[in-house]
Amino acid sequence: MYVAVKGGERAIDNAHAWLAEERRGDRAVAELSVAQIREQLSLAVNRVMAEGSLYDPDLAALAIKQARGDLIEAIFLIRAYRTTLPRFGVSHPVKTSAMRCDRRISATFKDAPGGQVLGPTFDYTHRLLDFKLAAEGEVAEAPEAAPQPGQTPHIMGYLNREGLIKEEVPDEATPPDLTREPMELPATRALRLQALTRGDEGFILSLAYSTQRGYARNHAFVGELRIGAVAVEIDIPELGFTIEFGEVVLTECETVNQFKGSKTELPQFTRGYGLVFGQTERKAIAMALVDRALRWKELGEEDQGAPAQDEEFVLMHADNIQATGFLEHIKLPHYVDFQSELELVRKLRREAEGCAGQEVAE
Amino acid sequence: MSDYNFAYLDEQTKRMIRRAILKALAIPGYQVPFASREMPMPYGWGTGGVQVSAACLTPGDTFKVIDQGADDTTNAISIRKFFEKTAGIATTEETAQASLIQTRHRIPEAALSEDQILVYQVPIPEPLRFLEPSEVETRKMHSLEEYGLMHVKLYEDISQHGAIATAYAYPVKVEGRYVMDPSPIPKFDNPKLSMAAIQLFGAGREQRIYALPPHTRVVSLDFEDHPFEPSKADHDCDLCGASDSYLDEVIVDDAGGRMFVCSDTDYCRSRRAANHVGAQGAPYEDARA
Repeated sequence: MYVAVKGGERAIDNAHAWLAEERRGDRAVAELSVAQIREQLSLAVNRVMAEGSLYDPDLAALAIKQARGDLIEAIFLIRAYRTTLPRFGVSHPVKTSAMRCDRRISATFKDAPGGQVLGPTFDYTHRLLDFKLAAEGEVAEAPEAAPQPGQTPHIMGYLNREGLIKEEVPDEATPPDLTREPMELPATRALRLQALTRGDEGFILSLAYSTQRGYARNHAFVGELRIGAVAVEIDIPELGFTIEFGEVVLTECETVNQFKGSKTELPQFTRGYGLVFGQTERKAIAMALVDRALRWKELGEEDQGAPAQDEEFVLMHADNIQATGFLEHIKLPHYVDFQSELELVRKLRREAEGCAGQEVAE
Repeated sequence: MSDYNFAYLDEQTKRMIRRAILKALAIPGYQVPFASREMPMPYGWGTGGVQVSAACLTPGDTFKVIDQGADDTTNAISIRKFFEKTAGIATTEETAQASLIQTRHRIPEAALSEDQILVYQVPIPEPLRFLEPSEVETRKMHSLEEYGLMHVKLYEDISQHGAIATAYAYPVKVEGRYVMDPSPIPKFDNPKLSMAAIQLFGAGREQRIYALPPHTRVVSLDFEDHPFEPSKADHDCDLCGASDSYLDEVIVDDAGGRMFVCSDTDYCRSRRAANHVGAQGAPYEDARA
């Protein structure tokens, strides 16, 4: 005698209780605090803020803790929270030219006003495991210098003066918001950049890498990479003026790319652009390369059929929350559709073997 | 969950979704883009259906959720709990008692009435997607009513296999105009698509809503000499003896022995309650004990 399986509800509750226990780990080991994650796993926090599209280091740290360090799961938590938040206003575009730079480098000029500032970088570290960290040693304080007075000018501005780099036409139109409107293709560059900045770091990285290896090669130099804090300003209608209500740390990358010119245009350089929340250097550089690859049409370049040139392919597959949800949904029960396939395959086999009525597959 | 609005979504968002639903009802079978929100459950797990349900639910509604025809599959339970928590509405497993039914992969066996709404969870709303991967292209094909590619695919199936090799998500034509994906329901369910209830289809990740108003003419694509054939396992339900319901095949022993049971758990339950007993079924009271 057969009685259909029930009890899914209790199974779910028990699974989640077990999950909570596993998240905590060995209770003999001290529990991680959200502040520890925020301060000591700050690059993970930055990635969660960037791809979660929400600048809040404490919430990102909480999400990382809740997600057991699974960053895509943490990004998912942040996205689901973000979508419930009311919108009080829209800020002015941030002025990255007024950034208080912690890091600012150019690969195209040996030196320029503002100088090369390495900042807190992994670059030039030898990737040797530091066993001292396992012994919980305190770090020595880093030497300090007085901050540079005044603003750090964008390197691209110098190329601009000579007309050597294609001028970007400022667009006064309000950019579309892909979290509030369905994606429409073809997309404007503003929409593309929005999708790229919250896109999956691994996906954007691999697409950028593919352009370097020849799939829509666009030969990029890092014209400038800067990381630092910028002020966020907003108009308060009741007050009638603009106030600065906070600051965010951003990574901005501008690449300089070759352009051989066309029938109507002289040879000049073009640029790709990356702007990402937090110290997220790899992502910002990759974003700039993919942005440049996607601009082939407006620059009159050839469609090489490369993945990084295909706007629909890039934009529809860059979001890791969409991707992971759909990928993992195949874990859900599909036995109704599978059953229909089972019957179809049996029927086709029966007919192919020309012996109707015999159950071949059983 | 008092921090959240009734049925989770804020009223502005619900209004936006309702506008999309109304447009979808006005153009049966047409995929209306909508600004799908990021929900607290994964894309691909019913976010489209959940948003459509949230936009339709009122405090007086009675809600039923099925997945694979069953009320007790894990994701159906999870979605039902979500609305119990965020909307505090009554829920039921009885098809006839529900004013709104959210489903994945099945249409209930019992006929639905004009005062019911059936909401489908849709993974890929585009019936032409696996023939043409580009959304830009498929939208053009729909607007030009250019469905030759689909007929060629069905024809190639017949020439290769002697039959149309699509068992679920079998494409339909709506009121002689739009070719529509009925979501991955088995083709057994296709004839039920012309029904008295409102049918709404929500695809969250793909940001599309489409609809079938009551009594819409829905025709499964076929050829005159290869007519559409709904199909199911050639058995009766081993629990309730039904010969007219869609069946799940269950492996019951190490030797690979099979039995067949209704996929619609409420249909099976109500038949057993009415003293129908299948080949391997126990009398109803026994099974409950």
